[in-house]
Amino acid sequence: MECRVAGGVRRGTYITDRDGMAVVKLSSGYNIGLPPAACTRLSRSVPAPAAKRAPVTQDANLPELAIISTGGTIASRIDYRTGAVTSQFDADDILTAIPDLAKVARYRTKQLYTILSENMTPAIWQELARAVHEEILRGVAGVIVTHGTDTMAYSASALAFMLKTPVPVVFVGSQRSADRPSSDNAMNAACAAAAATSELGEVAVVMHETTSDDRCAIHRGTRVRKMHTSRRDAFASVGIPPIGHVEYPSRSVMLSPDAVRRGTNRPELHDRLEKHCGLVQFYPGMDEKVIRSFAGYKGLVLAGTGLGHTSTHLITAIRELVDGGTMITMTSQCLNGRVCDRVYDTGRDLLKAGVIEGGDMLPETALVKLMWVLANARNSEQAAAMMQENLAGECNRRSGHGL
Amino acid sequence: MDYKALGLTAGIEIHQQLDTGEKLFCRCPTTLRETSDHSGEFFRYLRATESELGEIDRAAQEEMKRDRKFVYYTYDTTCLVENDEEPPAPLNAEALDLCLTIAKMFSMTPVPQLHTMRKLVIDGSNTSGFQRTALVALNGTIPQSIVPGGGEIETICLEEEAAQRVKDDIFSLDRLGIPLVEITTSPCMHTPEEVQKAAEYIGMVLRSTGKVKRGIGTIRQDVNISIAGGARVEIKGVQELDLLAEVVRREAVRQTNLLALRDGLVSRGAVVDEGRITDVTGLFKDTKSAILKKAKKIEAVTLPGFAGLVGREIQPGRRLGSEISDYAKKCGVGGIFHTDELPAYGITDSEVARLRAHCKAGEADCVILAAGASAKQAACAMQQVIVRARMALSGVPEETRKMLEGGSTAYMRPLPGAARMYPETDVLPVLIDEKRWNAVAVPELLTEKVKRVSARFVADYRFNPAFATQVASSEYLPRIERAIHEGINPDLAASTIVRVATELRREGTDIENLFAVDTDLKILHAVKDGKMAKEAIKDVFLSVASGTTLDDAIAKLAPAVSREELERIVRKILAERADFVQQKQKAALGPLMGVVMAEVRGSVDGKVVSEILRKELDKVLAKGN
Repeated sequence: MECRVAGGVRRGTYITDRDGMAVVKLSSGYNIGLPPAACTRLSRSVPAPAAKRAPVTQDANLPELAIISTGGTIASRIDYRTGAVTSQFDADDILTAIPDLAKVARYRTKQLYTILSENMTPAIWQELARAVHEEILRGVAGVIVTHGTDTMAYSASALAFMLKTPVPVVFVGSQRSADRPSSDNAMNAACAAAAATSELGEVAVVMHETTSDDRCAIHRGTRVRKMHTSRRDAFASVGIPPIGHVEYPSRSVMLSPDAVRRGTNRPELHDRLEKHCGLVQFYPGMDEKVIRSFAGYKGLVLAGTGLGHTSTHLITAIRELVDGGTMITMTSQCLNGRVCDRVYDTGRDLLKAGVIEGGDMLPETALVKLMWVLANARNSEQAAAMMQENLAGECNRRSGHGL
Repeated sequence: MDYKALGLTAGIEIHQQLDTGEKLFCRCPTTLRETSDHSGEFFRYLRATESELGEIDRAAQEEMKRDRKFVYYTYDTTCLVENDEEPPAPLNAEALDLCLTIAKMFSMTPVPQLHTMRKLVIDGSNTSGFQRTALVALNGTIPQSIVPGGGEIETICLEEEAAQRVKDDIFSLDRLGIPLVEITTSPCMHTPEEVQKAAEYIGMVLRSTGKVKRGIGTIRQDVNISIAGGARVEIKGVQELDLLAEVVRREAVRQTNLLALRDGLVSRGAVVDEGRITDVTGLFKDTKSAILKKAKKIEAVTLPGFAGLVGREIQPGRRLGSEISDYAKKCGVGGIFHTDELPAYGITDSEVARLRAHCKAGEADCVILAAGASAKQAACAMQQVIVRARMALSGVPEETRKMLEGGSTAYMRPLPGAARMYPETDVLPVLIDEKRWNAVAVPELLTEKVKRVSARFVADYRFNPAFATQVASSEYLPRIERAIHEGINPDLAASTIVRVATELRREGTDIENLFAVDTDLKILHAVKDGKMAKEAIKDVFLSVASGTTLDDAIAKLAPAVSREELERIVRKILAERADFVQQKQKAALGPLMGVVMAEVRGSVDGKVVSEILRKELDKVLAKGN
């Protein structure tokens, strides 16, 4: 590409169009935007030769892990078409990009999706559960799922309900894009691999525990929540402490006594989900039309205020929804603590209307659980009972002192 | 040295911090902090990543030879953006406008649409591992009076400043993100003096905006130098402008010597052969050399034909051996030993003889030793020795170098390529349309302003021209004008602020702090009101600087004498010397001035004394006659 700029002619490489300008990369490496009319094409730019890739060598003496990639920041690259960061790596790329992984295990890789996690659906959770189950049956020592961080907690929770696993199933992602030297992807992935070869035997999320590169926390899949938009240590266990830690760079794993141990469960897959479920957060002045709009849904999770309340004004609509066959579970937008609808009149009226207390479950976990319970219980009585039972570490019968 | 004959070509890059309210990509203030004030710290590891073309930048890869952990200090004036924990805010419009102002002052053309890029820097000075930078304008000029034939400013870029190294791998985040302009000239200079003059000129233009940071470290020069047959070498971080010409001179010398050295090597048939590397760990089992004794592994390479040349000086204090050593240090070793400098450092004559015998090294051969804390480290260092020795056979390597004290330089890393640049996707492009460009006002150049203001001082206040120029070019000009505006005698205001400030600053007094609370103006008013004599100004300044309040300082050093009291003292002295007064009449004024000044010990301005003395003397004489 040859362009007239600043009274001179400069050569550069055409990259893309942006807001009506031609983005041209100059030989210095800088991009600038120029009116397309100022540029003439000299020759079609030759696509850059694929980078020489060192073959991924695997140590046969190490345990075998499966990496299932779904996309997300841990595997993101720049899209020169839009200039935005998108998921384009496959699992092999992850191994090439993070050579440290080769020291921990050998890997089978499977690219299930390359999507940003906001585009996840319950149908994809099901497909993911099947893929993980397949790998477990194949006899791998553990499974790593790379996932965008936005909805990672939902997916981890969904797999925790759909799968019984003897081996660790570890979700991992990164908060800072993989194309930057400071990305948290390498450390998170190395810690995830360590957790996946450890004595753990449940579905977990492994992410930075602090802003430093010192250790990752292992969170139970049904108890974890993304609590910050951008920090590395955005993920936190709510209601319980993390079930383990992985030190970095030593990658030594410490599990808490509460963590389910490897081999405790036999592999089982129960992949049915009732997708007609919703989650809505109550706010002061909420119109009852919002509640009524869920008519026909099989289930609805309410994130109420405080101990689990909505305004008195909504109770009629809630009762009619329940009577119409929608199972409603109450959780709290406080996130920390247990719902109790027996303290105030509003709560008692909600119970009378047929609302089920969601205990100390996170609202998002309650939604996923409701989808699973409604598809797997024999009848609604059993479903209601299961909503209040601990199925996958999602709720406790007693509340500890800490937040 | 005949630089023309040498074919010297040089260009410069000037980095100047901008004095904006907020940082370039976050809303933190651009305030520098004491490291002892840091409110927290964290640490990270950085890794080289592939560029959009799938290459890893060679400069970045060089830094990756060692695993490095970087520690960062945070402050209550830094935020998650500096921590690389939050996406950047939009590009600071104030900084862009200022950059456009500077571009216009050099008659440059702005880019129609600005794109922020990430420049890979993984030496730890950027938490993200890259420095955000944008090309803002192109194609400017330096006048012919500065660079013969006229110089060209190729580009001006707006960048974020890197974090300040506290020591080793600890960095302070207060400086990270301060807006910086990078002005790059073409290789249009051909003598060391031209380089210096061009840098001075660019610095003057930058200061003319009145919106750039001042003080040590706020402006840094990089120089690109080559001679005919040599190679482009970039010397980073020349902080003192006065050293610029010397750096260029020394680099010209270095390249000349490296070329001569190459010719010497070639004529001797020197070769670099990896086959001549051997393990000599066993040879130094019982050595007295602390470094070799500590090493887990020692490798040696024989370089046929290199004897004497490795130890030859190529720059004051620098030899080919130092250059090779710089390369080996990238593997974390302390350096290398070569037989041109041995026996020394605890290595004995007989050890050298055994080494030479073991390596089958002849008279004309040089043996280089690399000792490592591990076999891997020793091998890495030895590979670097081979790389640099091989370069000596072809002359001058293209490099980025850092300045050492005095103006010599040491190897830093290879010249970075375009592979280090990729788009900063978190920042949207900015359109620089005609409307925005036309709205940019160009401030008067400092040199023009000095001419104009000094001419006014000469005309209005009868300053002598040299003093007028000094006052007009003073960075304290606005303070001086303010004092004059407040009714202080212009000569007193100018001389006090310029002379006293310069003297006190040279003696190490923190004058900025005193000025920040208008100590200078308060003292000048005290003089004007007759509360103290101007002779006591410097002492009062010093006293206030050491923590005394202004009133206490005046009371102690220049006790106030009221006008009434002064009149009483004058009348007393006139009465005591009545005969003398009658005898000398009006001529008694001069001698009596000294007597009165001695009596009031500097606490009253001489002018006031003279005025009162004259009045009282006239009264006495009028009575007597």
